[in-house]
Amino acid sequence: MELSTVWFVLIAVLWTGYLVLEGFDFGVGMLLRVLGRDDTERRVLINTVGPVWDGNEVWLLTAGGATFAAFPEWYATLFSGFYLPLLLILLALIVRVVSFEWRGKVDDDAWRQRTDWALTIGSWVPAVLWGVAFANIVRGVHLDSDHQYVGTFFDLLNPFALLGGATTALLFLTHGAVFLALKTDGDVRTRAGGLAARLSVVTLVVAGAWAVWAQVTYSVTWTWAAVVVAAGALLVLVWSTRRRREGRAFVASAVTIVAAVVLIFGSLYPDVMPALDGSGSLTVDNASSTDYTLTIMTWVAVVLTPVVLLYQGWTYWVFRKRITVEHIPAHTGLTL
Amino acid sequence: MDALDLARWQFGITTVYHFIFVPLTIGLAPLVAIMQTLWVRTNDERWLRLTKFFGKLLLINFAIGVATGIVQEFQFGMNWSEYSRFVGDVFGAPLAMEALAAFFVESTFLGLWIFGWDKLPKKIHLATIWAVAIATNLSAYFILAANSWMQHPVGTVFNSETGRAEMVDIGAVLTNVTLLAAFPHTITAAFLTAGTFVAGIAGWWMVRLVRAGDEEGARVYRPAVVLGVVTMLISGVGIGASGDWQAKLMFDQQPMKMASAEALCVGENGASFSILTVGDLTNNCENTATIIELPGVTSFLASGDFDSYLPGVDELQERSEALYGEGVDYRPNLMVTYWSFRLMIGLGVGSAALALAALWLMRKGRLVGNRWFGTLALLAIPTPFLASSFGWVFTEMGRQPWVVAPNPNPSGVDGVWMLTARGVSTSVSGGMVLTSLLAFTALYGVLAVLWFRLMRRYAAHGVSVAERDPSPEARAAEGAAGGDQPLSFAY
Repeated sequence: MELSTVWFVLIAVLWTGYLVLEGFDFGVGMLLRVLGRDDTERRVLINTVGPVWDGNEVWLLTAGGATFAAFPEWYATLFSGFYLPLLLILLALIVRVVSFEWRGKVDDDAWRQRTDWALTIGSWVPAVLWGVAFANIVRGVHLDSDHQYVGTFFDLLNPFALLGGATTALLFLTHGAVFLALKTDGDVRTRAGGLAARLSVVTLVVAGAWAVWAQVTYSVTWTWAAVVVAAGALLVLVWSTRRRREGRAFVASAVTIVAAVVLIFGSLYPDVMPALDGSGSLTVDNASSTDYTLTIMTWVAVVLTPVVLLYQGWTYWVFRKRITVEHIPAHTGLTL
Repeated sequence: MDALDLARWQFGITTVYHFIFVPLTIGLAPLVAIMQTLWVRTNDERWLRLTKFFGKLLLINFAIGVATGIVQEFQFGMNWSEYSRFVGDVFGAPLAMEALAAFFVESTFLGLWIFGWDKLPKKIHLATIWAVAIATNLSAYFILAANSWMQHPVGTVFNSETGRAEMVDIGAVLTNVTLLAAFPHTITAAFLTAGTFVAGIAGWWMVRLVRAGDEEGARVYRPAVVLGVVTMLISGVGIGASGDWQAKLMFDQQPMKMASAEALCVGENGASFSILTVGDLTNNCENTATIIELPGVTSFLASGDFDSYLPGVDELQERSEALYGEGVDYRPNLMVTYWSFRLMIGLGVGSAALALAALWLMRKGRLVGNRWFGTLALLAIPTPFLASSFGWVFTEMGRQPWVVAPNPNPSGVDGVWMLTARGVSTSVSGGMVLTSLLAFTALYGVLAVLWFRLMRRYAAHGVSVAERDPSPEARAAEGAAGGDQPLSFAY
C-alpha cells in the first residue's frame, strides 16, 4: 500500500477515536440540562466524563496535526475553506473546556447556571457542525484548479450537509445517553436509559436516511458494507436500549460511529476533498507530504498510538465505577 | 487593514495570550510535582496543603491554556493556508508529534491526577503529576522545534516543481541549534514565571501571617517561598546563559534581528549596547539619538569580542536586496524590536534580582514580616509573564518581513524562505479574518477577567482550600451513613 493511503487510513483512525470518545462527552454536555434536573444530578453527569474529556479532545488535535503533517494541502484548503464553521467550533470548544474546569471552582448558583449553558451550547455547536463539515467533504465543494476553496459559507448549508449535522448531533446525543445509563445509577440512569431508547429510534431513521443518501449519491460499492454495519448496529442499539442492556447499547452506538467514519472516508478515497466541478480535487497523492515525512510519521504513529490507547484504556478502567448522587461531595468552590 | 494585517494581529493576539498561561503551566506542574514528592517522602502535611493549594491554581490556569492552544493549531490552516502548503511537509511533523507524544500524556494523566487522589495508590498518583510535568515540557520542545525551524530552517530542501519546502532530515529539524538554545531559554523562563508565582503568593502570605502574629500559619508557607526563590535563581542563571547563546546564534543566523534589537542603523566596530535611544525609531534611521549606552557590549554579546564588527540595518537591507530581490523592506519594525528586547531583558533580570534579595532576607530559617516584602512579592508575580511576552514579540517581530527566515549559513538551504505577506490565506476575505479576530479577542477578554478573578480568589484564600476537599474521615462517615463514599474530588 502507498504511504499516502496508509496515512489516509490513519487520519480516519484518529477521527474515529475522536468522534467515538468525544462523541459521548459531547452527548453528556448536550443532555446536561435535560437529564440533570438539579445541581447534584448535573454534577453526576459532568463527573462521568470529568477525568477523560480532556484526553478525548486530544484526538482532535492529533487528527489536526496529523493532517497538517501528512496532507498539508488538505489541511490548508479545508481549514481556510470551512473558515466560519471552524471558527464557531473553536469558540464552542474554548468555552466548553474552561466551563468543565471552572464550573466547580465558584460556589454560586448563577455561575453554575451560566457554565451549564456554556457546556450545553459548547457541546451542541461542534456536535452539529462536525456533521455539516464532513457531509460537505463527502458531497464535494467548489475548488479551483489551485485547490483553493471558492465557495461561500452558505454553500456549506445545503440539505445534505444539514442532514449530516442532524445525524452527528443525534448520534452523539444517543451515544451520550447510552454512556450515562452505563456510568450512573439511580434516577439519572433510569432517565438516561429511557431517553436513549427513544433517541435511538430517531437516530436510526435520520442517520439511516443520511447514510443511504451518502451511499447512493456519493460513494462506491464497497462502502455498502459500512452502511449495513451501521444499520445493524443501530438496530442492535434500538433493541438493547429497550432491554436496558447498557453495555451492549454502548458498543452498538460506538460501532455506528465507526461505521459512519468508514463510510465517509471510504466514499472519499482516493480523494481527500473532492471538487464539485472535477478538476481541482485534492487526492491522497496531490495533497500529501513527501514519502520521507510520511515514513517518519508512520513510525511515530505506529509506535505511539497503541501506547496512547493503553494508558487511556487504563484511565477508563480506573474510573470504571458508576457515579450516583451519593458520590457527589459538598461544593468545594469559593465565592467570587 | 487588509486580510494580511488582520491575520497578523490575530496571530499576535492569540499567541501572546496563549503564552501568558503556558509558561505558568510548564513551570508550575513540575513545582507541584516536587511539592507532592516532598509530601510523599516526608509525610509533612505542609507539603500536602501546598500541593493542593498550588494544584488548584495550576488547574485553573491549565484549562485556559488548553482552550487557547486549540486555536493555535488550527489558525495556521485558517489564516495562513499558503504558509501551511509551503511548510506542511516539515512544519506539521513536530506539531503532530507534540500531540501524540506529549499532549495525550499531559491531558490523560492530568485527569488521573485530579480525580485519582483516593483511587490510585499514593506513589502511582504521584507518578501521574510527574507524567503531566514531563509531558508539558516535552510539548514545549516540539512546538519550539517548529518555531525554531521558522527562524532557521534546516533539514529541508526546496522542491522547485511543487514550490514547497520538503523535509529530508528529521534529526536535523529536531536538533536544530536554534532549538537547542531556544528550548532551555523558554523552559527556564517558564520556571522563572512559576518560581516567582509560588514565591510571590507564598511570600505575601508569610508576611501577612507573621504580621498577624500567626507564626505557625506562616511556617506553612515558608518552604514554598524557599522553593520558589531557589527556582527563580536557578532559572535566572539558565535564562542568562541560554539567552547569551541565542544572541550569538542570532548574530550568525538573523543578523538583521540583532541589529534591529539595537536600532543599529550603520554598522560599527565595538557596537554599544544602548540603554536608551530616543527619536523616531519607526524604521527611519536619520532621527535617532542614543542617550545612554554601554560601549562594546553588543559586539561582545554577539561574538564574545568587544571590538568585533556588527553590521547595521542599512547594510543588511542592501545585502538582503542582493540575495532575495529588491522592492522589499527587509527591516523589522525597529521601535518594536528595540523596546521589546529591552523590556524582556530588564523584566527578567529584575525578577532574578528580587529572588536574591528574598533569599538574603530569609537566610537561616527566618520568617519575614516586612510589609514591603509582601507588597514586592505580589508586584513581582506579573514580571516574568511580561518578560516572556516581550521575548516572543521580539523574536517573532524581529523575524519580519519573513515568516520563514532564510538560513544564511554556508550550509544554508536554498529557496527555503517565505515572506509573511505570501503566507496568508488567499481564499479568506478581510471581513472573515476581522470576524474571527473580533470574536477571539472578545472571548479572550472575558476569559482573562474570569481567569484573573479566579486566580486571585484562590490565591487569597490560601492553603486552607485543601481542607475544603472532603477528608477521608468525613467521607468514611458519610459512606457509613448510607451509599458509597463520596468522591474525594468532583467537578
